Amino acid sequence: MTDRPITEDDLHAYVDGRLDAARNEEVSAYLDKHPDVANRFASYSVQRTLLQGAFDPIAGEPVPSRLNLNHIIATRRQNRISSWRLAAAAAVLLFAGGSGGWYMRDIMVPPSEGVVALAREASDSFTTYAGDRTRPVELRADSMVELVGWATERMGRKPVLPDLSKSGYRLMGGRVVSTPHGAGLMLMYDNDQGTRLVMLTRPMAVDQTRTMTPHSQGKVDGWAWASNGMGYSLVGSLPSQALHPLADDIRKQVQGEA
Amino acid sequence: MARLARGGPTTGRSAMDDLLSQVEPMIPALRRYARGFVHDAVAADDLVQDCLERVISHWHRRRNEDARTWVFAILHNLAVNRLRQAARRGQHVALEEIADDLMAHPPTQEDDLARADVVSAIQQLAEEPRSVLLLVAVEDLSYAQVAEVLAIPIGTVMSRLSRARERLRQILESPARGVRPGSHLRRVK
Repeated sequence: MTDRPITEDDLHAYVDGRLDAARNEEVSAYLDKHPDVANRFASYSVQRTLLQGAFDPIAGEPVPSRLNLNHIIATRRQNRISSWRLAAAAAVLLFAGGSGGWYMRDIMVPPSEGVVALAREASDSFTTYAGDRTRPVELRADSMVELVGWATERMGRKPVLPDLSKSGYRLMGGRVVSTPHGAGLMLMYDNDQGTRLVMLTRPMAVDQTRTMTPHSQGKVDGWAWASNGMGYSLVGSLPSQALHPLADDIRKQVQGEA
Repeated sequence: MARLARGGPTTGRSAMDDLLSQVEPMIPALRRYARGFVHDAVAADDLVQDCLERVISHWHRRRNEDARTWVFAILHNLAVNRLRQAARRGQHVALEEIADDLMAHPPTQEDDLARADVVSAIQQLAEEPRSVLLLVAVEDLSYAQVAEVLAIPIGTVMSRLSRARERLRQILESPARGVRPGSHLRRVK
């Protein structure tokens, strides 16, 4: 026997069968002398048995075919080879002749102008930055003056920073991002649950004014519109009906300022 | 082309064998753990499938010596993300469904009723203590392994475990118990 006092941790380890024989005996002796504690831990022990009884049958079910590791590995290999073949085929087509190649390009690439392109750029920014734990934004909300200055210089237009705090979203900050249509300003917002939203704005050459339309790319939904030569797209991994009032709010705010 | 597909890249062969021999035996337990988060069996298996895809693509970059805690950590993080998404979208599952679903057949025996009760009771725990309890009691991981899966200090594991067990005891011993699993959903405080 040792003189080490019995701790709560010892008692849990006793229930979970994690003690060595000597300590197990000491805890057992302790419980004999302390019926209240013994009752409590006996009930924990029953919980353990009940939980195992409820969940163990799941582990006994046959593993579905889609969780077969061999199948998953084989499918991945196949996909790798297919994408290599696709790339090779595309290269052949591009080299086969200017017109043929460009013809294919038109078929394979969705429209790359106007708010459709903006929507795609916003979704891409969301995908790249919203999941970034290290540095989602280049300049944080406390450096807003600097951010506005930076964006104004790069875009040639002074951006408006919409305030979504009424809807529970704080401005985290932003950064200048590159798009195929020049520099844009990405702003990121989050709420208390850590849900992040991204708004991308940039000057528009095509679709200078365009009504708001929903868009969706994979798991990222959003709304895009343009007014007075500036395009806006608000995106997030929220259902588009949840994003709509926020996008509406932003539209009002940027119009009020413009 | 068929030959290429069958042969595949020759490098990484043994890494794949290694992966198969270590991860394949875990799959039943992964399905079980996922079901503690997502009660619909198909949705839970979606999580496991996501997890396995990630395990395969990151296997060669794995630094953790203990493959089991590494794989469970991936599944856990995916499950927590899924829960957050579901909460954001306002989805919830009625607890009767969970209990019935887990039971596979209607609970008639007293044992079955007690299991249905415990299942609906753990759903009332917050995600953090519940994960600890499931990893300890159902997955039978050591406290150190749980700390690694959840990336928290072992002291936090112990305090969450203690909290989970005591809360579960209160729920199971409360007067409302025994009315019907899940009846608390309609109880208004």
